[in-house]
Amino acid sequence: MVKKIPVEKKVLSENDRIAGEIRSRLKDLGLLSLNLVSSPGSGKTTLLEKTLEALSDKLKMVLIAGDVQTDNDAARLVKAGGTDVHPIMTRGACHLDANMVNKVLAETSLDGADLLIIENVGNLVCPSSYDLGEDGKVVFVSVTEGDDKPLKYPGMFRRSSLMIVSKLDLLPHCQFDVATVIENARTINNDIEVIQLSSLTGDGMDEWYRWLKQNIQDKKQAAK
Amino acid sequence: MHELAIAESIMDIALKAKVDKHLDSIRAVGVRIGVMTDIVPEALEFGFDIIVKDTALDGCCLKIERIPVRGTCRSCRKFIEVEDFVFICPHCASRDLEITQGQELDIAFIEIDDDEDTPVRGMDSNGEENTG
Ligand SMILES: Nc1nc2c(ncn2[C@@H]2O[C@H](COP(=O)(O)OP(=O)(O)OP(=O)(O)O)[C@@H](O)[C@H]2O)c(=O)[nH]1
Ligand SMILES: [Mg+2]
Ligand SMILES: [Zn+2]
Repeated sequence: MVKKIPVEKKVLSENDRIAGEIRSRLKDLGLLSLNLVSSPGSGKTTLLEKTLEALSDKLKMVLIAGDVQTDNDAARLVKAGGTDVHPIMTRGACHLDANMVNKVLAETSLDGADLLIIENVGNLVCPSSYDLGEDGKVVFVSVTEGDDKPLKYPGMFRRSSLMIVSKLDLLPHCQFDVATVIENARTINNDIEVIQLSSLTGDGMDEWYRWLKQNIQDKKQAAK
Repeated sequence: MHELAIAESIMDIALKAKVDKHLDSIRAVGVRIGVMTDIVPEALEFGFDIIVKDTALDGCCLKIERIPVRGTCRSCRKFIEVEDFVFICPHCASRDLEITQGQELDIAFIEIDDDEDTPVRGMDSNGEENTG
């Protein structure tokens, strides 16, 4: 005879518990946090470098750079002017989890910070199950990747608040239709916001900065 | 391959349940996996089989129930099942949907051998009846 014993428990309940702690700390601080996700090489670190160069005298940014094997991205961000940069080496794991982020945040003073950005490991599948306590996920699609990307990775696009269409300067060299990628993203997530930009030429960057400032302001307002 | 990490989380919860509920052995763990979770069931089963070897769960298998994406349309109030991640109401073409299922990543049950010589009554009484 086999007997079934009911056990109602979320598999990632421990991750979600820690993510909840992070979220409530950031909520009290009124500190906006973003989780950047994409395929490898879509331009996450480059956008952060440009953002540091443009805004680090106006905004206090805390950056966490996740990578499987190196701290190259963190080193690039320091070079671009980042003063509060924390690498996380996952040593094989294909995603960051809340515990890794929490360990970094436990040793970091967040007083006076305006923005926390977590660059996740380049991977459109694995990070989607792991809540890091962020306000929103920002998913990147570079124009070299194909405008059907949202359809291939629906889980991640469904969970993201903003889609950045990156490397816009390469559009003339690619078979990529911006209207199609937006339509594809919105069949999966009707509410997703979209910004198109090129970190190389600076095209569209103003809209990204405006989006950041607006969301930072909204988060601070909500904490008052 | 985050299935291995997910399998590990399932194993940890099952091992804890085994201790907490004083179980001799667990034959299977039942999990509910929504299709929106980006988890490949075969990879999860494979990963689980590997990591439980030489643990107290050796030989225990996973029983996976896939949960489709379901909800209601806020425009026409009809029940909908989303296929192929097209989040558009098949009845009225509205995109204003309330999704209630398909994100699950839950443990639902564990299965144990229920043979005569496992006195269920004595299980959580810590043998107190025998001391008198
Ligand atoms: N032409 C062009 N190239 C870009 C742009 N943004 C990034 N790149 C290039 O794309 C490559 C990858 O950029 P990264 O910023 O390192 O990408 P990433 O998403 O951080 O990569 P991982 O962290 O490895 O996943 C680099 O060679 C960049 O120079 C852009 O706007 N235009
Ligand atoms: Mg990077
Ligand atoms: Zn409808």
